[in-house]
Amino acid sequence: MTWWNRPAADTQITHGGRLWLYVLSAIIMLLLVAPTLIVVPMSFSDSQYLEFPPRTWSLRWYEEYLGSTKWMRATATSFQVGLLTMLVATPLGVMAAYALFVSRHRATKAIFLLLITPMIVPVILIAIGTFYAYGRVGMNNTIAGLVLAHSALALPIAIIVVTAGLRSYDLSQEQVARSLGATRTKAFFLITLPQIRFSVITAALLSFLTSFDEVIIAIFVSGGTNATLTKHMFAALRDYIDPTIAAISTIMVILSSALLLLTQFIGSKGKRN
Amino acid sequence: MARADADRTRSDKHLHEAALRRQHTREQWSVLSLVAPAMIVIVLIVLIPLSWLFYLSFLGDGGGFSLENYHKMTQYKSYYRIFVTTFEVSILTTLACIALGYPLAFFLAQLPPRWAGVFMLAVLLPFWTSLLVRTYAWLVLLQKRGILNEFAIEVGLWETPIKLVHNMTGTLIGMAHIMLPFLILPLYNAMRKIDKDMMHAAANLGANPINAFWRVYFPLSLPGMVAGSLIVFVLCLGFYVTPAVLGGGRVIMVSNQITAILENQFDWGAASALGVVLLVATTFTLYVAARLFKFDAALFGRD
Repeated sequence: MTWWNRPAADTQITHGGRLWLYVLSAIIMLLLVAPTLIVVPMSFSDSQYLEFPPRTWSLRWYEEYLGSTKWMRATATSFQVGLLTMLVATPLGVMAAYALFVSRHRATKAIFLLLITPMIVPVILIAIGTFYAYGRVGMNNTIAGLVLAHSALALPIAIIVVTAGLRSYDLSQEQVARSLGATRTKAFFLITLPQIRFSVITAALLSFLTSFDEVIIAIFVSGGTNATLTKHMFAALRDYIDPTIAAISTIMVILSSALLLLTQFIGSKGKRN
Repeated sequence: MARADADRTRSDKHLHEAALRRQHTREQWSVLSLVAPAMIVIVLIVLIPLSWLFYLSFLGDGGGFSLENYHKMTQYKSYYRIFVTTFEVSILTTLACIALGYPLAFFLAQLPPRWAGVFMLAVLLPFWTSLLVRTYAWLVLLQKRGILNEFAIEVGLWETPIKLVHNMTGTLIGMAHIMLPFLILPLYNAMRKIDKDMMHAAANLGANPINAFWRVYFPLSLPGMVAGSLIVFVLCLGFYVTPAVLGGGRVIMVSNQITAILENQFDWGAASALGVVLLVATTFTLYVAARLFKFDAALFGRD
């Protein structure tokens, strides 16, 4: 009996009978991953034009990117806004998730719905709405304005991730600490926080990435010397295509892959504990 | 004497109860106050600006209340075409995601969890990669002298390079690729929760694998599939970047039109009215979904 004659599922279907599923799934997975990875070889091309596979190789597009004041400034802005968003959204998200998880108040469900509205409302509306409101108070093209708007987008994600972490944690441990005389704050920082740290770290990484990859709000609200990487990239894609974009894309793919693997690693570690 | 004692304990009990209740309320509020900072951010960034847009959409040229911005939408044919395009793109993208996502989610759900986690990276990697990067990649893959055209000509699918990008085809391919993980993740979670004994029972009662799948497994996976499809559909309705880049100006969805109105005419009333329509369509879809299913369970079950 070879492997493909063996039953594959609970209905006694064999691996051989499921071969089509395996082939189809492999094709779909290839379709999912290939377009993301194809920018990597493209960025090492020597040609002015977009071609794949490249005929001659070079690092000229990386030199172009690293030598351009515009791109360097935009990269710095994106990192700055991403990090600040992370610093705002993570603690606020942890506080909100904890409060909603512990509280038995009637309003918690309504508050939760309010807090996840940035996931439901189309981003274009948040973008033009904040653009209009910021116009009134002079906050367009500022780092603070962009961080605030990106924090609103990152908050629901942070809250959902931390709530999931709290669900797999036994809250009575905190109650024990409190009955032994610790204040709620002390009990939270000494007992609860260390046990949900993996979901807090995941929430922080996701908050950073949400801001770093965000396009539409950045198009409207950021500008001048505070324009983000994505704003310049979008303009470049729409108007003229320059292989520098491939080099920048490669860097972004490497960054997000690294963060993804980090969360997977954290996740598996979190489950083992 | 005994009676006075009894009275006193009763009133003490009342006093204690009242004090406990007061402390409990105070405690409840102090815990709940922790959500205040997050709520302030949402109110500042979402609620106030949205109300402002809502107000602007009902403002006429004269400055008073008017429905002219909404009236314009029913008057001009260009608006009608934009709504049709938006729904067309959203529905076709959702169908493509179901066709591609269901088999893959099924495959992943059948694997032992450890292997599913490894293959799941194929779904998560694009999910985590910037949408701009993926849109750019498709721009390159689909161009006239791109890899897809060259491959198809070599294999003999078509003879001369065909236009795959800067039109509807390119938009749909790009959108399906971007939306696929949003369907697979909730669907996979729903499939994992299906009790394996159901399939044992079906087989035991004489159903062949195909019968057992269609009559037992598929109906049980349906809530997850509908939840995923609705997420995809709703996200498609408000999509901006991919149609703008891969559509090459030929695929104009609601979001693109909102931007165009602001860029060309600076007409906040018209743009806001279009935005309100988009918001209503989105909320309505989600409301129906929430009524039909335990929606939040499927959406937030990924932990």
